Amino acid sequence: MSQAVLEKLKARFGAAILQTHSDFGDDTALVDAAEWKAIAKYLREDPALDFDLPVDLCGVDYPKRVPRMEVVLHLYSVSKRHRIRLKTRVGDEDMDGAELDSLVSIWAGINWLEREVYDMSGVRFRGHPDLRRILMYPEFEGHPLQKTYPADRTQPLVPYRTEEEAGVPLHKIEPFGPDEGMPFGRKGAPRVTPAIDEEGPTAKPAEGN
Amino acid sequence: MGDVSGRSVVLEGSEQGFATTRVDALLGWARKYSLFAYPFVTACCGMEFMALTSPRFDLARFGAEAPRFSPRQSDLLWVVGTISQRQAPVLKRIYEQMMEPKWVLAFGTCASSGGFYDNYTTVPGIDKVIPTDVYIPGCPPRPEAVLDGLMLLQDKIQTGSRRPGVVKPRFDPPHAVDGLVQLRRSAGDPSELVPKLRAGGDR
Repeated sequence: MSQAVLEKLKARFGAAILQTHSDFGDDTALVDAAEWKAIAKYLREDPALDFDLPVDLCGVDYPKRVPRMEVVLHLYSVSKRHRIRLKTRVGDEDMDGAELDSLVSIWAGINWLEREVYDMSGVRFRGHPDLRRILMYPEFEGHPLQKTYPADRTQPLVPYRTEEEAGVPLHKIEPFGPDEGMPFGRKGAPRVTPAIDEEGPTAKPAEGN
Repeated sequence: MGDVSGRSVVLEGSEQGFATTRVDALLGWARKYSLFAYPFVTACCGMEFMALTSPRFDLARFGAEAPRFSPRQSDLLWVVGTISQRQAPVLKRIYEQMMEPKWVLAFGTCASSGGFYDNYTTVPGIDKVIPTDVYIPGCPPRPEAVLDGLMLLQDKIQTGSRRPGVVKPRFDPPHAVDGLVQLRRSAGDPSELVPKLRAGGDR
């Protein structure tokens, strides 16, 4: 639909548009990270393009690739009714240099989206007015959607109760198994049957009931 | 009240009669039918909680229908839904603000065990943070299961037991169970169904 947009981009930015495709009607351009902001500004301000709605921004980690982190921006034009997807790649194996120009000055609404990408994927946005975590808590270390974040690492804000303190087993009790609800889950944790029920739920009511 | 276990009390009802009971039994009886609930509702289980409190399932039958949106005025904490790590301090603080005696009910699989959110963001069961009395499995649990859980809690209040209890999950019976009677198919005399149901044994 909006292959004309891709053509305009290629005509205007030339080598900065590294790659394009239009599979299934989704027009996508992989662009040079250095031209990220200039391209966004052009898409917003050119009257024939008029992309006024930043739909979504997200990070995709490809740990074996260099640059490693792909940042994907979806745009929509309410007046022209066309869409485009911009991608760029930043960061080496250790996420060094994973920086992009912030687009907040172009679309104010992209503020929180950039904070989310920073929080989840660890891409820093130059010139963002308030680059803080938005979903996780400030004490959280690391960026959970990076593939290098261990899948089973949790960072509780409240220290968990110990079993001595509780007097009862605290692993997942019957009928809740370690793989509760997740057939794809991390198997291998032994399924332990705790002794809960000695005098608990099925105990007889007291006299005088 | 201090330790009242074993002390007895005489209830003078009228000129004709009286009853004797133990103070703790009387207290348990009074407490279990006057639960003031604090609904800590965070997720989709909340919809089922609304159904539960509606007239169809009628939580009021159990004396537990009055919500108090202040933890200081309530003695039953309903934890309804997924608790994220970020929320855990809030939940713990709410619990600490409640007056003794207090009970906690984990509504649904997420509150009980974290459910399928086995990841960086979710507390794997509220018992990791606060003591929990009754776990109700289900995603979300049917209101009937929750009523089972509430009655279980009432039993525990009556007996003074603080051992955690789990509501038995309903399971889908296998195809050929003798005790399973399909009422719609056998539309004959209902009294014939009763022996069949009884013969079903220990289900």
